Amino acid sequence: MSNDKDSTIIIDTGCANLSSVRYAFERIGADVQISDDLTKINAATRVILPGVGSAQAAMASLNDKALLDTIKSLTQPVLGVCLGMQMMTNSSTERGNFAVKNSTDGCRCLGLIDTEISDLDSHGLPLPHMGWNQITPTAHPLFAGIAAGSYVYFVHSYRAPISQYTIAQSEYGEAFSAAIAKDNFMGVQFHPEKSAAIGAQILKNFMKMTRDSLSPQTAEVAQ
Amino acid sequence: MLAKRIVPCLDVREGKVVKGVQFRNHEIVGDIVPLAARYALEGADELVFYDITASAHDRVVDKSWVSRVAEQIDIPFCVAGGIKTIAQAREKLAFGADKISINSPALSDPSLIDRLQDEFGRQCIVIGIDSYYDADSDCYKVKQFTGDEAATKDTQWYTQDWVEEVQKRGCGEIVLNVMNQDGVRQGYDIKQLSMIRAICDVPLIASGGAGTMAHFKAVFEEAKVDAALAASVFHKGIIDIQALKRYLQDNGIQMRL
Repeated sequence: MSNDKDSTIIIDTGCANLSSVRYAFERIGADVQISDDLTKINAATRVILPGVGSAQAAMASLNDKALLDTIKSLTQPVLGVCLGMQMMTNSSTERGNFAVKNSTDGCRCLGLIDTEISDLDSHGLPLPHMGWNQITPTAHPLFAGIAAGSYVYFVHSYRAPISQYTIAQSEYGEAFSAAIAKDNFMGVQFHPEKSAAIGAQILKNFMKMTRDSLSPQTAEVAQ
Repeated sequence: MLAKRIVPCLDVREGKVVKGVQFRNHEIVGDIVPLAARYALEGADELVFYDITASAHDRVVDKSWVSRVAEQIDIPFCVAGGIKTIAQAREKLAFGADKISINSPALSDPSLIDRLQDEFGRQCIVIGIDSYYDADSDCYKVKQFTGDEAATKDTQWYTQDWVEEVQKRGCGEIVLNVMNQDGVRQGYDIKQLSMIRAICDVPLIASGGAGTMAHFKAVFEEAKVDAALAASVFHKGIIDIQALKRYLQDNGIQMRL
């Protein structure tokens, strides 16, 4: 496995910000490919799950492409961006625009990180939460070299609450997870691809990760 | 804490950045991509590109520069100009625009806002409003097709009503451009912006009239807007973005430095 060629795949979720994410990796000199090919995704050194729009529509798109089981079974580093992060959780209360409006069910997500997405309670501040806000990261390797108080760019109205999976937090009316992680799966609520030098550093940190560099538990599996 | 945003606006005409006074007498300021990259480097928080001829001449923006901007700059940007259909919006977003701004076409067909919101989510739908003070009625009203003086016309909308309407239909942000003050650098219309702020639950961007650093300070402190947009003071080098952000930070306004 150590002889495998290093490759990074951006999953083609069919959503609109694919090229922005690809450009950001290209700006830091990373070689990335956009693909929805199951074999390529499985074989990749690391995988990015992008997404904008509603959770419902994005999950439907992954389902249509038969990508759900593939993503769930990945053991290499996987980075979810914005809605991509939200899809890594158990569920989202964002019902989207195609769903039955009076349904009380949330949208089921991938269930990779044991937390749920619900409305950001901004306590009267304008929504969506849009613009540059400060994050307080933990010691997670995704945030290596990122100081507390660094600014990143957010656009969202739903959020993951603070939990044991929080690896960076931010505040807008309430404290919420700016990033979450469990084992090889990590997700950021903000847009590193639009977050200038700080965002570029986070993407560089991700590019340094491999199966073996992750948590001891994951490393054992990889051996 | 969420920072207040400084947003240089690049008015685009025939593929060049231009600036006129009160929407007239446009002069060429420079090429799109180098100016965008320069502003990003200087600390702009976001960029807006308005193709000011698009609606008036029934054309859409030339899309090639959108992807060139997206490739080179690492801050968010919004594209405006003649986007009338879902397909036109999708194209801009696919080329890497973070948001699309709709102005005249939304006035012609307000249901466009609902449809865009259904398709892309309100986070990327910005509504631009050209508002002017009508001295006769002592009211603020909305104008349409302002990119071309000959095509510009009044609408039946009072500004407050239109602000309520576009929020109801699902926009994610509003840029309020106050025409009486545009380009003459006499300061933002604090009175009007404060009035709109009180009824605006989405982020509000002030536009029109910035001439000095104190104007930015006033609009953030008094009108409580989320962002301030300006063009000529940046294009002409009257205000340096870094210096402006330090000045505002020193005055207790949260900035990304």
